[in-house]
Amino acid sequence: MLPTDPTKKISFTRCIKEGDLVIVYERHDCMKAVKVCQNSAFQNRFGAFKHSDWIGKPFGSMVFSNKGGFVYLLAPTPELWTLVLSHRTQILYIADISFVIMYLELVPGCLVLESGTGSGSLTTSLARAVAPTGHVYTFDFHEQRAASAREDFERTGVSSFVTVGVRDIQGQGFPDEFSGLADSIFLDLPQPWLAIPSAKKMLKQDGILCSFSPCIEQVQRSCESLRLNFTDIRTFEILLRTYEIRQWRADCTQGTGGGSAGSIRHKRKQHLIEGSGEQENPNNSTVMARPNGEARGHTGYLTFARLKCLS
Amino acid sequence: MSQNNVQLDPIRNAQVTWEGCSVLLDINDGDRLVFARLTSGSTLKIGNKNCSLQPLIGCPFGSLFQVDNGKEGPNLSRVIPSPEDDVQEKEDAQISGEFRDNRAIVDDNKAQCLSGEDIDEMRRQGATGEEIVEALIANSATFEKKTSFSQEKYKLKKQKKYAPKVLLRRPFARRFLRVDTLSLLLSMGNVAANSDVLVVDMAGGLLTGAVAERLGGTGYVCNTCIGDSPYPMDIVRIFNFSNEICKSIVRASVSDVTSQSETSEQSDQLESACNMEIQSNEQKSSSVSMEDISLSSENGVSDLILEANHSPVNKISKSHKVGEKASQETLKLWKENGFSSMIVVAPELDPWSFVKDLLPLLSYSAPFAIYHQYLQPLATCMHSLQVRKMAIGLQISEPWLREYQVLPSRTHPCMQMSGCGGYILSGTRTATNASSQQ
Repeated sequence: MLPTDPTKKISFTRCIKEGDLVIVYERHDCMKAVKVCQNSAFQNRFGAFKHSDWIGKPFGSMVFSNKGGFVYLLAPTPELWTLVLSHRTQILYIADISFVIMYLELVPGCLVLESGTGSGSLTTSLARAVAPTGHVYTFDFHEQRAASAREDFERTGVSSFVTVGVRDIQGQGFPDEFSGLADSIFLDLPQPWLAIPSAKKMLKQDGILCSFSPCIEQVQRSCESLRLNFTDIRTFEILLRTYEIRQWRADCTQGTGGGSAGSIRHKRKQHLIEGSGEQENPNNSTVMARPNGEARGHTGYLTFARLKCLS
Repeated sequence: MSQNNVQLDPIRNAQVTWEGCSVLLDINDGDRLVFARLTSGSTLKIGNKNCSLQPLIGCPFGSLFQVDNGKEGPNLSRVIPSPEDDVQEKEDAQISGEFRDNRAIVDDNKAQCLSGEDIDEMRRQGATGEEIVEALIANSATFEKKTSFSQEKYKLKKQKKYAPKVLLRRPFARRFLRVDTLSLLLSMGNVAANSDVLVVDMAGGLLTGAVAERLGGTGYVCNTCIGDSPYPMDIVRIFNFSNEICKSIVRASVSDVTSQSETSEQSDQLESACNMEIQSNEQKSSSVSMEDISLSSENGVSDLILEANHSPVNKISKSHKVGEKASQETLKLWKENGFSSMIVVAPELDPWSFVKDLLPLLSYSAPFAIYHQYLQPLATCMHSLQVRKMAIGLQISEPWLREYQVLPSRTHPCMQMSGCGGYILSGTRTATNASSQQ
């Protein structure tokens, strides 16, 4: 997945090969991760797609089924992976992930500690941020979930940058071997204040911690225990509002939202433009945007803190 | 410590500041943020006094300083904070203070007995900031009547004025484009080591610098311009980049990248434009070393106010050359492989007008993210990309960010909030040729 491996890096010349992980794109809200295998076929409501048709084509190609339906084959990225991975736990999405990576000041070469691993959504992005010279040490107390995460990291090609450990960070803290070595720490735990003393020991001078909690009571308790040894304590929430667009023909006389019959479509086809094949006619139509009706109201609070400089 | 030694640590630069490095000064817990270059001559204006920044050289990032009233005037001295052992005491007091209220407190500006002259006199006699604050509290007729929360707020306010603290921080460019917006652009643009990222950066170099930081010295960030004049990249200098990272920041015009064998005339023109840019950057760095950022408005680069520093900068750190013209080999590589992704911050331009020419430069299945302060231009761009099937997975997003005040019994979202972080159009380039769509 990461361009640090030159054989995997996308380019005009790089084509899909046996064993590659591709993201099969049906619609923007319907995608699947598939491993390419010479003799396999991919089935969906558009028909059957032979993997052998895919091999040799560039990523980003449109491919057809036996019934003439089509999908696109995309190269995996951490963003796409977050949207297709199997949820063993609730995951973090791009808004929180991107903010965390920036605020933790992660760059190639950093050492990050994470707990809990969960489904590995954030972990994959952490790996991208610190590769190729850095490393992510991630811990989860659930043995099976840790194993599934390890498998996923193999599948997506980030396993050289991620080590998954089975450990109860709330109860035992992080392993002593990391004392004073972590550039950043990320906590997604039910009782993060129990892990904060250990986090303090692990962080380098001026290191940064982030704790993600869905409930404000957890945030309050975490901030209380952070005040002792941390400074610059800030709590945020971040959400993404998405917009949909529609082409509106200026000659339609109905003033209300319906417009011409051709423009009343159910949500699924909104990303395809009605009057297909029609070239733009700037005199007759405008494109309008409005927020999507469905919106996420809350994911969790992100609390950041910097280790106090005591020397 | 010689600068060369310090530069060996490539991870997050050095732990300790050096003469000539750029820093971010956090005054009074985020109330005011100032970029500064640490030299023996540079100063910081706090209140109405100038303090020398000399004491900050050679200190670890994260150190705290306070303004002391010395005989020669105010100076900055290092403070080692002790863990708060009076936290429990404070909390007990807060619970008992709950029964007070403000029904009898009249705001007539007569509560404080000390005058401005009294305070100046105290300063002249060498009183510390804390002592002045204690004196103000003792001489306030209404202080005892306040609730404990109100008392704490009053004390903090006086401390900020009479005992301001300065936190020495690594510069991290996240004050112009709203931080969450910039972070989304970097994620949606799949910025990682070894990538070749094409950027259109009209944010003064903020985007270019942020991308270069995440590349860590590998791959390239190609700063391209629409038209003939390259965009300024002054902000990149604030990042304290090592040589490797500086080398990864290159410039190329759209025509450079699209046609390999360029007429020498065109490439000469751009070359001289680039050279002028680099020259003027170097000139600027000798006269400017302080940049003040106002927190209240978040409108992007227009907030950057460059203040000329009157003290001469003797030894500027050897500014590594940033933004050199991309070599012919690199251009060839990009033409053969395509760019890994593209990020655009061009708030004054109509995106579709140039995205249609830039998108073909991206590798197949490469992601892109286009920022704009206005929604409409992105809606039109999205529609055009859809109709021509040039991209899929198109989405227009608007980031929403709110900060919280978290204090015992006083937790709530902050009163101030940024109204808009702009809009981002993201998507992935398809392998279908545009020509087949006609």
